[in-house]
Amino acid sequence: MTLLQEAEAPIDPPARPPRSRGRKAGGGIGLGRYVLIRALLIVPTVFILVSLVFFLMRVVGDPISASVGDRLTAAQLAERLAAAGYDRPIIVQYFEYLGQIATGDFGRTLSDNRLISEVLLTYGGATLELVFYALIVAFAIGIPFGMLAAYYKDRAPDAVLRILAILSYATPVFFAGLLLKLTFSVWLGWLPLGGRASTRVQIALGRLDDPTGIYLIDAIRSGNSVILGDVLLHAIMPALALGLLTAGVFLRLVRTNVIQTLSNDYVDAARSRGVSEFRLVRYHAYKPALIPIVTVIGLQIALLLGGAVLTESTFEWRGLGFQLAQYLGARDFVAVQGIVALLAVIVAVTNFIVDVIAALIDPRVRY
Amino acid sequence: MSVTTVRKPSLLWRLPILSHLRQSVGVQRGMLIAGILISGMFIVAAIFAPLIAPYGFAQSRDENGLFGKQMPPSPEHLWGTTVGGFDVLSRVIWGTQTALSVVIVAVVLSIFAGVALGLVSGYLGGWLDRVLVVIADAIYPFPTLLLAIVMSIVISGGRSSLWSGILSAAISITVVFIPQYFRVVRAEAVRLKAEAFVESARVVGSSTGRIMFTHVLRNSTRTLPLILTLNASEAILTLAGLGFLGFGIAPTSAAEWGYDLNRALSDTASGIWWTGVFPGAAIVLLVLGLTLVGESINDISDPKLRTRKRLRKAA
Repeated sequence: MTLLQEAEAPIDPPARPPRSRGRKAGGGIGLGRYVLIRALLIVPTVFILVSLVFFLMRVVGDPISASVGDRLTAAQLAERLAAAGYDRPIIVQYFEYLGQIATGDFGRTLSDNRLISEVLLTYGGATLELVFYALIVAFAIGIPFGMLAAYYKDRAPDAVLRILAILSYATPVFFAGLLLKLTFSVWLGWLPLGGRASTRVQIALGRLDDPTGIYLIDAIRSGNSVILGDVLLHAIMPALALGLLTAGVFLRLVRTNVIQTLSNDYVDAARSRGVSEFRLVRYHAYKPALIPIVTVIGLQIALLLGGAVLTESTFEWRGLGFQLAQYLGARDFVAVQGIVALLAVIVAVTNFIVDVIAALIDPRVRY
Repeated sequence: MSVTTVRKPSLLWRLPILSHLRQSVGVQRGMLIAGILISGMFIVAAIFAPLIAPYGFAQSRDENGLFGKQMPPSPEHLWGTTVGGFDVLSRVIWGTQTALSVVIVAVVLSIFAGVALGLVSGYLGGWLDRVLVVIADAIYPFPTLLLAIVMSIVISGGRSSLWSGILSAAISITVVFIPQYFRVVRAEAVRLKAEAFVESARVVGSSTGRIMFTHVLRNSTRTLPLILTLNASEAILTLAGLGFLGFGIAPTSAAEWGYDLNRALSDTASGIWWTGVFPGAAIVLLVLGLTLVGESINDISDPKLRTRKRLRKAA
């Protein structure tokens, strides 16, 4: 998926097949039925992605030869393969894998022999936290500036804002991260270089009874303002690096949508009654222009998850993405496959939730 | 008042980007020209890299001995040297070649595959269409980078030489883009199938293949220049992302900006900025250039967003 295409998508309302199918099935179906059909569509989506990843990864061979193949003798390798079941026909392995996934078992990593689901539980919170911060940054920057750009359409502020939006999209998160680190940590010394918290704070947070792994929540629960400050200070640069990427998309989207809404008849009617241009943007065109944003947030989550892999590696933010990069480096392709499959489920479920929210806000979607 | 005759513009000015340039005015024209200039600069740098670059991309010594590691910018090394002892300026210039080759291969491959699939799927319909649509929809919302990682493991096992590296990066990116071209072309094909001119072609007895590839194809490629430029910039970012994760092209077989940024990241702690800032700026500028072109084309093609020429008083 392309950032920019998502941004342009609302220009002609996307006929996303899940929805059009819902339409065909019932023509004027109720919300309940729409949600049900949409929920059932998660299954084929996940099934296709998981199968695709499985077969692609097996085209090259088995994961054991890939990671340690050159260090073992042929006999040792054959023994390890047999032990792990990789010597059986691929179709048998495939159905076994599908069965495991259906029961929520995503396998074990090769390099450190942990359950993939356990890896998710340990590191998922950190990624969730990062994506949450990034969304806040994206909303706080994208929406007001997008409205401003629409208000000044084709004049200097609009041109400047649009160039900035393109720049924010054109800058890879790791380069943005590098610049932020240079400026705020190395030269100014204001912010920590990386990590999610200082070592002492991490230890303190680990001592809490049943920590959530989401440092923001844990820090608030600890009731210690020093800990909370430390956690927030560490979050600033990663949140900015990842958030700016999406902020540019939101800005463009809000701008395009507000401009389109402003060309509607009811806006002309308001204008003819003497409503000021600013009021038109702020009150009349604002809400309708936000609906398409809800729709693209689903795709943005996918983008943010991809970006999180890079952001986490840049800032040593120990989340799922950081872990994925580690496993990639260790050539542990079982772990990579497991995490990718898991992310496929997460993306499919988020898209479902977003579609349901869109249907709740905008009745046109469900008919 | 003078009498003006409406002249049809010559063929040259009807080509995609040039025709947009002709139609544009004001800010939009400025953005388009800026985009063309920036992209053009990189294309020139890529073609003439052997002449422009002072050193080779994997060269760490000359007749005066080793370059030295992490040397700050100096007259001999205008942008300094990297942690591996390579000349930063040379690696950035050679990197242009890598980036653009990947983009060209990726875009050409995905256009051919995506357009062909979209056309067949949209025009013929049936179960093939349904299967392809479901697959494309499943891939579409999935993070680009993750899919590219999986593909690059498949193609090269994550390590590669120059051409296999460029090819595997390009194919990884292609897989991600095919669904986009597929969707656009399929939608157009479905719409055109019902048009009168297709029907008359069928009545005259044209073969299905001929209708698909002459009548429908020609009319369904309207939006392709736009997707093309946008995908080109996305391809550069994906390549850099792969390189940053250590899954791109090996440093001795080609210069790649993402890999250089990965190595530069640890330099930042000691305040060494030149190893990262220059390759990073190259990525940003190239993506900016391509996006400006794509964005302007989009606005100019869309009558609602196009700024119109003001009528001249004399006319």
